[in-house]
Amino acid sequence: MDVFTLAFVAAVLTSSAPVLFAALGSALCGRAGVFNIALEGQLLCGAFTAVAVSWWTGSAWAGVAAAVVTTTVFSGVLALGAVSWRADPIIVAVGMNLLALGLTGFLLRELLDATGTFAPTGLAGLPDLDVFDGIPVLGALLGGQTLLVPLALLLAVAASLWLNRTSTGLRLRGVGEHPEAAASLGVSVTRYQHVTVLLAGALCGLGGAQLSLGNVTAFTENMTAGRGWVAVAAVMLAANRPLLVLGACLLFGAAEAWGFRLQGVGLPQQLTDAAPYLVTLIVLVASRLRVRRRLRDVDPVAAVSAAHPEAVVHPEETR
Amino acid sequence: MSGLVARLRLAAPAALVPLGAVVVALLVGAVVMAVAGVDPLRGYDAMVRGALSVSNIDFAVASFTAILAMSLAFAVPARMGEYNLGGDGQLALGGISAAVVALYLPAPAIVLLPVCLVAGALGGAALASVSAPLSTRAGVPVIISTLLLSAPAVALTSYLVRFPLAERGSAVPQTSRLPDAAHLPSFPGTSYTNAGLVVVVLVLLLAVRVDSRTPVGYEIRVAGANRGFAAYGGLSVPRLTLGTLVAAGAVAGLAGAIIVMSQPFRFIDDALTAPGYTFAGIAAALLAGGRPALLPLTAALFTVLTVGSAGMERDVDVPRQLGQVLQAVVILVLALRVLAARWVARRARDAVGGKV
Repeated sequence: MDVFTLAFVAAVLTSSAPVLFAALGSALCGRAGVFNIALEGQLLCGAFTAVAVSWWTGSAWAGVAAAVVTTTVFSGVLALGAVSWRADPIIVAVGMNLLALGLTGFLLRELLDATGTFAPTGLAGLPDLDVFDGIPVLGALLGGQTLLVPLALLLAVAASLWLNRTSTGLRLRGVGEHPEAAASLGVSVTRYQHVTVLLAGALCGLGGAQLSLGNVTAFTENMTAGRGWVAVAAVMLAANRPLLVLGACLLFGAAEAWGFRLQGVGLPQQLTDAAPYLVTLIVLVASRLRVRRRLRDVDPVAAVSAAHPEAVVHPEETR
Repeated sequence: MSGLVARLRLAAPAALVPLGAVVVALLVGAVVMAVAGVDPLRGYDAMVRGALSVSNIDFAVASFTAILAMSLAFAVPARMGEYNLGGDGQLALGGISAAVVALYLPAPAIVLLPVCLVAGALGGAALASVSAPLSTRAGVPVIISTLLLSAPAVALTSYLVRFPLAERGSAVPQTSRLPDAAHLPSFPGTSYTNAGLVVVVLVLLLAVRVDSRTPVGYEIRVAGANRGFAAYGGLSVPRLTLGTLVAAGAVAGLAGAIIVMSQPFRFIDDALTAPGYTFAGIAAALLAGGRPALLPLTAALFTVLTVGSAGMERDVDVPRQLGQVLQAVVILVLALRVLAARWVARRARDAVGGKV
């Protein structure tokens, strides 16, 4: 199996991009102390809006813009519920994911008059990049991609620089790590958390648009099919660090792209579909076991808190 | 006496939240229907008839059986603060286990029926049990591992039913019809309503009793209220996690077995997961708010929503996904339960003269 051809790496980038957008958003939220696992629903919201608006206007970029706006508004539910009203972010996320699943299926029938899948001829997908044509490696990697794929990669780097090299990034981390200390220095904790949740919504909008107008040109009911949860696992694997999130998402993309390859040689689709989830889970377990062992040698208390990250990411109860 | 009145006045807002959640959801549904150009009253009438009319109630009761079981599969681990979102995988694995036993074990009904049910429970429990050590030893939250394991489990059953177990010559991905000995006996005059309902109700009664009357139930609730305190008090959190997850997976697997052993007596790809029993069960469990005895009531409500929305689609052409939307609204409003709790706490504080 020619796993290391440039075409394969390009397929990995395509598969990773939607998950990467969502995971970056969730990682930023995690750094700001908000547990954001409503990614599945937000991706679905973005994917649907992108297709619907692209169909109505004939412009894929209008679809992308609408996906960003709509998903940002949708993420306001999490901002209000989990930040303003301090409700359980897990329950809010479960509700949001189900709401997006139901609403997109409902609107698919009501607005686009389709059941199951909407992929009419003439639906405008995002154009492939052509600026890299003729350049040896970049041309092969990014030639067939939409602009959103290199954007996702750049955003991972940008998020890392923002968190670690700017004063607003420092404040954001402060808000997550020690809200009382941040507040005592005059940083508005809720404002930082609100903005971060909405920003994550915008990123999920981009991810959803890439999924429905980039990876394919269609909307299918429940087309995210667990990608939002893979993104949650990637964020956990990376402990909210954007560059590691990038690595984790590439791993998922590799599993998915490899699965497509195996289907090509006759393996049933049902089995290759399962691979990305299993690979993600196995790597997550392996990495957490390692972190735990290392922590136990150094600091037993930290080992306990590492075992229950949700308790640390979400310190509301003690406030 | 005045103490009782005062307590009622303080507790009333918290009790109103679940009712309010349902009312808000129904209002949202009415607005959505009105926007879609359907008279909400006609829509809800079609929904209720779709579930409860004489010709539909038989199927609705079968769905109620599945939703009640799935609500228990979420509620049991939720009692100690763990979220089991992998119900679909546990349901499907339970269904396929029961189907395999029924197809390959030649035995009379008296043996085959219980063995199939147990096989289903074991299938679901095996999958759910994986999440316990992942949580307690590796620190991967149950909510994430159950979900990530669910998709591959459903895919596995889909593969099995398309290739090794597929009925020859059939265009539908499904197993052959299970032998008569594996058909759950149905009530007189019904075809879908069968002994599965009795089994699930018995399991529910057992769960209510364990929850409220046994040391284990108490330990689970202590671990849910304060995990650190539970560990400090000598309770084994890993064992409780494993126990609740095994119980949850077993109930979900049992539901899968019951579906397969009812009309049309096959494992059909997607037939277990497509109706959305898992999330209807989650919504029912959240609405019951950790009181297992309330589950039949809330499960009945979400059965009407789930089954009825299909009837609504047939009669007044409102997409059935409206049922999911209503469930989601109920969950979101319930998430705001904390607001009511805080309000009650403030009133209680004011009542004792503003002293904290």
